[in-house]
Amino acid sequence: MSASLRYDAVVVGAGVAGLTAATRLAESGARVCVLAKGVGSTHLAPGTVDVLGYTPDRVEHPAAALPEFIAAHSDHPYALIGTDAIAPALQWFAARIERGPRPGYRYTGDLDRNHLLPTAVGAIRPSALVPETMAAGDARSTAPVCVVGLRVLRDFHATLCAGNIRRAGIDARAVEVEIDVGRVEANAVGLARRFDDESFRAAFVARLALLLRPGERVALPAILGLRDPHGAWSDVQRRLGRDVFEIPTLPPSAPGMRVYNALLAALRAAGGRLVLGAEVTDVEREGDRVTAVRAATSGHDTIYRAGWIVLATGGFGSGAIELGSDWAASEMILGLPLQGMPMPGEARFAADYFAHQPMAAVGVAVDSSLRARETDNVYVAGAALPGAVPWREGSGEGIALATGHFAAQAVLEREGATATA
Amino acid sequence: MIDDLFHEALRSSLDHCVKCTICETACPVSNVTPLFPGPKYAGPQAERYRALGQSQDESSVDYCSGCGLCTMACPQGVKIAELNAHARHTVKQRTGISLRDRLIARPTVVGRLGTPVAPIANAMLQARPARVLAERVLGIHRDAPLPRFAGRRFRTWARHRQAPGTGTKIVYFHGCGTEYYEPDVGEKVVAVLEHNGFRVEIPEQDCCGLPLQSNGLFEDARKYVLRLARSLAPHARDGTLIVGNATSCTLMVKREGREILGLEHDPDLALVSRQMYDVCELLLELHGRGELRLDFQPVEEVVAYHAPCQQQGHWIGKPALELLALVPGLDVRELDARCCGIGGTYGLKREKYQIAMDAGADLFDQVEASGARVVACDSETCRWQIEHATRRPSVHPIEFLHQAYRL
Repeated sequence: MSASLRYDAVVVGAGVAGLTAATRLAESGARVCVLAKGVGSTHLAPGTVDVLGYTPDRVEHPAAALPEFIAAHSDHPYALIGTDAIAPALQWFAARIERGPRPGYRYTGDLDRNHLLPTAVGAIRPSALVPETMAAGDARSTAPVCVVGLRVLRDFHATLCAGNIRRAGIDARAVEVEIDVGRVEANAVGLARRFDDESFRAAFVARLALLLRPGERVALPAILGLRDPHGAWSDVQRRLGRDVFEIPTLPPSAPGMRVYNALLAALRAAGGRLVLGAEVTDVEREGDRVTAVRAATSGHDTIYRAGWIVLATGGFGSGAIELGSDWAASEMILGLPLQGMPMPGEARFAADYFAHQPMAAVGVAVDSSLRARETDNVYVAGAALPGAVPWREGSGEGIALATGHFAAQAVLEREGATATA
Repeated sequence: MIDDLFHEALRSSLDHCVKCTICETACPVSNVTPLFPGPKYAGPQAERYRALGQSQDESSVDYCSGCGLCTMACPQGVKIAELNAHARHTVKQRTGISLRDRLIARPTVVGRLGTPVAPIANAMLQARPARVLAERVLGIHRDAPLPRFAGRRFRTWARHRQAPGTGTKIVYFHGCGTEYYEPDVGEKVVAVLEHNGFRVEIPEQDCCGLPLQSNGLFEDARKYVLRLARSLAPHARDGTLIVGNATSCTLMVKREGREILGLEHDPDLALVSRQMYDVCELLLELHGRGELRLDFQPVEEVVAYHAPCQQQGHWIGKPALELLALVPGLDVRELDARCCGIGGTYGLKREKYQIAMDAGADLFDQVEASGARVVACDSETCRWQIEHATRRPSVHPIEFLHQAYRL
């Protein structure tokens, strides 16, 4: 016997796309369960929402650039859902963060203008919606920048970062602060937990203040708190009496975890459920409807019955889509038809790592409502969709958020139509 | 031989590790002490050197509490905690295992010794001089949360109870905590199951071997878990479900025994593993089929709920939360802190007590802030730790269902 539970909707995947779709459905009164093999990419991502950064020239105004981009990429997720679907998703997200468990923490920005923020190596990255704790890093400002490294955080190279910021035309230099955290090495999340502690912040600021020059903005790796990032950031800024901004770090990512925590809190508040560790291995079907998914739980499988399925499992990176040695790509849970496969004889990969990789744009074939082809009730969101090359476009989180939001809308509209009928 | 085979199976999972560090964000121990360098470092990273016989100082793996949150968080399916358990076993084989670890790993021995002399034993366990002595001689921390012997055994009650003759047969796996320390929890589990139409059978059973396994005594642990599997398998063979309330022990039977102890191919354990249910998992499943009795009377109480790590390791979410939500009047506040720190026997040890308390600090703060008078939690060692650290009573979720059914 397998345990069997019943929900209105089952969402597979706990990244931004899955949590957004699930939360939105739960907020509309649906009984929702999110199943995930593990934690999603939030913990690795910078926590910004990049909607469109390069086409391939750097995009300053995404709202203005999107129509042309969509016209040129008719198979892109943004082309399917339309530009009008993006802004509401961003607003929805910003509201969930503001309402979330971290008092005062909020996002800033919109589609009109990208923030231009330094990455961990000091390259300038365009992002539409960013945590307030990062906004002061905008490269349009001419104020000089002091990039602060910590000796215990070996993955953040302040000198390299400052050097590249200088190349972008901003006066920047690096300093290193030594502070005892009781160990020789710490990662960004470990440090972020320390910054939740006011006395630790005070000790840190006391050391840092001595190293600063008048007029400098202070760039810190993104370690300003997990439990109370708004409090930690405001406090450091107040103590230093100048603008302070976070630069996203190599994984693990504190701002990414704040996103996960906020979306999960919103999901729970709406009565939704998350099951971690449960890898979905199979489904049950009736005709073109998927009636249940089977998850490999400890001991026995568990069957989750649902009227609607949202597939937010990611692409090749997460193992949701695999490429076999016979060059056939497969969607691993339902075996859904894929789209965007290079034709026989066409190039599949390019030699240059960061070049356009044709195979990377492969994804689950969907209609304009994001419904998977050959199914009646399976909707797809996020990196499982075809047509995008997020790391070249600077569009990953934007696609995840906007399509997660849109897929929930599509389900709700079908649900509404059913109810009316 | 058996070691080599199962270790290969575990190790094959480490090739999926992309060093993404998600496990590091989940670890409650490396977060509070530099003595444990973190699941990625101690697990997939160090394992590559171990495979070549080049491992350096391995003493740090002993500081892994075995909570398993790293494995659950891993999006690539790497068996991190299981690899670390194996590394711990290897280290302990070399360094030897202390009398203390051999003792606290045998709850049935401790339980049988303590039960007949419960008043004296309990007085001793509360007495400062005795605890100081136990700390010096044995290395059990003087403040560590040791349970009180009930002075009676659950099985004695089970033998004398009037069982209903009808209903769907189900087997109850009660575990050592119920047997020696909390027989009333077992009585309530049986009452709730019977109220829902089950005919509960309670066959002879012993420890599942989990404490032995977590203390690196793999050979002994195998004997225990297989003996348990042999005694439960005849029931499982006819399709009967087995249900337990100790989520760490049921997880041992469901998965850890097979994966960590390399018993994937034992047919009895495979069968029992498949039929094993956590009691809340089973009741929620009944509810999903519309078969759970819903004659709940109001229980006016504010309750904080903490899902233990090894309950989370069932990979079934938090069924207790959904069940408690069915009880009118009950105001349940979910705590999302990761771990209470105790790790079964981990936090009892002199050198690990403070680490365990620090690892649980977030949870204890959340309990404090929740405004709840009582904490519901599925695992007994976690309940004892929570009671110790927060000075609030901590009970199994079944208590509230039992109360709401007015049984």
